[in-house]
Parts: sequence; structure tokens; C-alpha cells
Amino acid sequence: MSESAYDRVRLARDCKRPTGLDYVKNIFRGFIELHGDRRFADDPAVVGGIAMLGRTPVTVIAIEKGHTAKERSQRNFGAPLPEGYRKALRLMKQAEKFGRPVISFIDTSGAYCGVGAEERGQGQAIAESLMEMSTLCVPVISILIGEGGSGGALALAVADRVWMLQNAVYSVISPEGCASILWKDPGKAEAAAKSLRLTAEDAKSLGVIERILSEKDIGRKEFYDRIRALLSEELAVLLQDMELTQKRYDRFRRLGSEASVKEEA
Amino acid sequence: MELLSFLKPKNQLEEGGRCSAPVQQDDGEPEKKCPNCRKEIPLSRLWANNLVCGCGYHFRMKARQRIQMIVDENSFIELFTDIKSSNPLGFPGYKEKLDTVKVASGEDEAVILGVASIKRMRCCIFVMEPYFMMGSMGSAVGEKVASLFEYAISRRLPVIGFTVSGGARMQEGLISLMQMAKTSAAVKRHSDAGLLYIAVLTDPTLGGVTASFAMEADIILAEPGATVGFAGARVIEQTTRKSLPDGFQKSEFVLEHGFVDSIVPRSGQRRLIGELLRLHNGRAEI
Repeated sequence: MSESAYDRVRLARDCKRPTGLDYVKNIFRGFIELHGDRRFADDPAVVGGIAMLGRTPVTVIAIEKGHTAKERSQRNFGAPLPEGYRKALRLMKQAEKFGRPVISFIDTSGAYCGVGAEERGQGQAIAESLMEMSTLCVPVISILIGEGGSGGALALAVADRVWMLQNAVYSVISPEGCASILWKDPGKAEAAAKSLRLTAEDAKSLGVIERILSEKDIGRKEFYDRIRALLSEELAVLLQDMELTQKRYDRFRRLGSEASVKEEA
Repeated sequence: MELLSFLKPKNQLEEGGRCSAPVQQDDGEPEKKCPNCRKEIPLSRLWANNLVCGCGYHFRMKARQRIQMIVDENSFIELFTDIKSSNPLGFPGYKEKLDTVKVASGEDEAVILGVASIKRMRCCIFVMEPYFMMGSMGSAVGEKVASLFEYAISRRLPVIGFTVSGGARMQEGLISLMQMAKTSAAVKRHSDAGLLYIAVLTDPTLGGVTASFAMEADIILAEPGATVGFAGARVIEQTTRKSLPDGFQKSEFVLEHGFVDSIVPRSGQRRLIGELLRLHNGRAEI
């Protein structure tokens, strides 16, 4: 790997990268968008709906950052509000009801930090999503396509398979945030990026993801065709699995079990 | 500084102003200043009052003192003491930090948990430790909490949890992030088994702990004046460039917005939790 970890962070944040909706439009057919959390509002940072993957209807959830300045501002830069997580959860429960697999595309610097988000329970919205996704009775595949910012990304990634684009990053905190808290110097973000082990290779070696997706021909038809084929193949396996939720539980249960030292009693 | 200031009573407490009992003039006894009412309180009095000032301010409390305050005498049996943090990412300076914190706090991890009885009702209990990296959640915290919920499922016990946390432990990177999913999945199983989980949010409960097991309880209580939120106030101020409303993220604010069931001062916690345990234990016999 020639680029530094922080180069990967820059690439992951590049606004020329395909965004969530690009994946939705190019991988699936006949996407029907469904809006709103039925409680308060519709969050434009989270897009959801139903679409066809080959001949299988699926529920698709995508965090959307937008490309142009106008789009990015309208999408709140892909930082979801509690309503975004509640909409996603509503659609995932709907998918469960109708036996549809769920596919989520994740690209966020993190859940939105603001007064309204706190007033409306950002923490509670994420917590509920984590809890409910853990027992969802349909297959769930999550793909980190750009930034995987902390709890705001994980909230839509409690999945049977988690994949990452080659230049996506997944981290508990932004390298800038980490550097300013630990070393009181946001300028040390490069060092923090390296120490946080946030690249796709790191996530794979830590057992947090199953697969790294190549970025060859990114944004072109071949690129999306490849992801579509991988998704179809994987869903065929997951749809046959009778122990889906047990395996999903075990998948997350073992993470960090080895990291904490168990001494002989 | 006034040279003769020691001759005058330092505060109303010493004058006998707001307290009923006569104040001991125990020269040289260490005191702690209350950040709320600014009074100096003798430490012995503070300890006797479970670290609550006469004005109602709740000081931070070590996990073991809290366990003593809440459970029946000698009923606590600690579990999963063999689970400790390592340095899974090889994060620079983390091992040294852990070593220092272990000595300073006298604890091996940021959560202490086990089985106990409260008002003679058996339960599992976890209490987070503010003096261990401000209760941050790394792999050991996640592993211990998940293990406790699984233990509680196997013995059909309710769980009582006291949270205090600055959030995920960033020195454990993605591994600490994954503890949010791991603990949430364990809470969900406990919940699906029809078992009761009561959380008590104490100052501060933030970030990854708020966004996982703190907010997943059947009944969520909070201590008065505790900071409870997802993002830290400073981060929000920097992001939005707006000043924050009065009382923002205090437990009273969180209650007003509908995310906790009740605010309960320390003096009432044992009785209320005991009562709630009793209410959920009895079977209807008609």
C-alpha cells in the first residue's frame, strides 16, 4: 500500500467519489424511494426504499452526501439526524415483515452533532437501531463506500456481511478529533489516522469486515456490475441460512473478545 | 488573601446555617468545595451523605462506593474479573496509560459488575467507574457488559446498570466501536427473554455508551444534574457555532425531551430500584 492512512481518509472524503444514491441507481432497478420516520420528519441525509436486485426485491438504505455544494448542503453533508436512523429502522422492520433482504450503503463523517439532534435523542435513535438490527430476521449486507464515521455509521451496519471499498475508512473517531483530544493538536491527524487503523485492510485484519471491494473502474458500469454480482451471490447464500440471527450475534460477539485479556481463573 | 480569614466561618455549613446538626469544628479535616453552591463541605459529611452536597449537587462516585450504597450489605459477588483490556491496535502510549490508571483508580477496568441483591431481590448489577479513563468503553468493558447480560439470561435475572462514560475508548479504535453493537445485541437478547433492565444514567453519560446500552433499558433513570447526551457540548458548539441553551444535556433537559423515565437523587435510588424489582418479580395470581 503506497498511500498513508491519512491519504485514505482524504480519498474517502473526496466529493468526486460516487455517493450512496449513485450506488442505488446503478446497482438496482426500479428504485422506489420511501420517505419519513413517521414520527417527526424526513431526513435527506438518509435515503431509503425498495428496489430490485436482479429478480429479488430488496430494501435499500443509503447515506447520501451529495456531489455539488448545493446538494451537499441539502443533504446536510451526509450527517444523519435521529429521524434518519428512525426512517432506516422503519424501513428495515418493513423489510423484515415482507421477507426482503436489506442492503445499506454507508458514507458519513458521523451522526449530526447539533442541539436539535440531541433534543430528539440522537443517542437513543442509534442505540435502538443497533439493538433491532441485531435480531432482524432477513439478510443484511452493509457496504462502507466512503467515510465510516463512528456510531453514526455502525448504526446502519449491524449486518451479516460488512464490506468496504478499497479506499473507504471506518473509525471510532475522526483522526482530527482523536488528535485534538489525545494530543491537543488537530495537526497530528496524520499520526492519529495511522494509529487508529481505519483503512479497509486494517478493518479486515481486525475481523470487522469480510471483504474489500476493488475500486477499479470506480463509477463506471463495470464497477457497479461487479458489486451487483457480488451482492446477488452473497444474498443467495444468506437466504439459505437458517441460523442467520445467531450467526450475526456471534459475528459481533467475538469482536474484542480476544482483545480483552482473559486470565486463568 | 485575608490573613485572618481562618477565624471566620468559611460558609453557611460551618455557621450551622443550612444544616440541622451542629457542625463539628474538627480542625484540619479535609474539605471539598461544592461546584454548585460553592460551600466547603467536610469530607466525612460528604461521604456520610453518599457524596451529595446539602444543596443537592451530586459529586462523582467511585463504582465500589456506589455498589455499597445500592445493594444489600455483603450481597455483591463480583463476576468476570478476569476480563481486562489489552492494547489490540498497539496504540501508542495506551499500555502506559492503562498501567497508570490501574494504579491511580485501584481498578482493572472501567466497569465493575456481578450479582447482588437489592432489598432482598436478586439481580445482576454493573457500575461504571468514572476514575478509570472516565468510564470509556473499550473491548474489556464491552466484553464484561455483554457477558453479564448473557449470565443474566441464563439465570433469568434482571440487570441494574449505572452508566458513566465519556464514550468509546478511542485507543482501541474499531474494536471499541464494535462493543456498541456487541452490548446492544446482548441487551436485546435479555429483553427478548422477557427480563427487566433498569439503567441509571450518572454524570456524564455520553457518546458510544449513550448510543448503546445506556438508552436501551426498559426503565431509564438519571441522577439530578447529570450530563447525558450523544455528542459532547464543545463539539456541538464548534460544529454549529451557536451558544447552547441553558441546562443543555442535563438530565432535566433529557427528561423534558422524553428520553428518561425519572430523575432520582441518590437518597431515593435504592428504595425505588428495590420497588421496581419487586413489581417485575411478582406474578399475577387471580
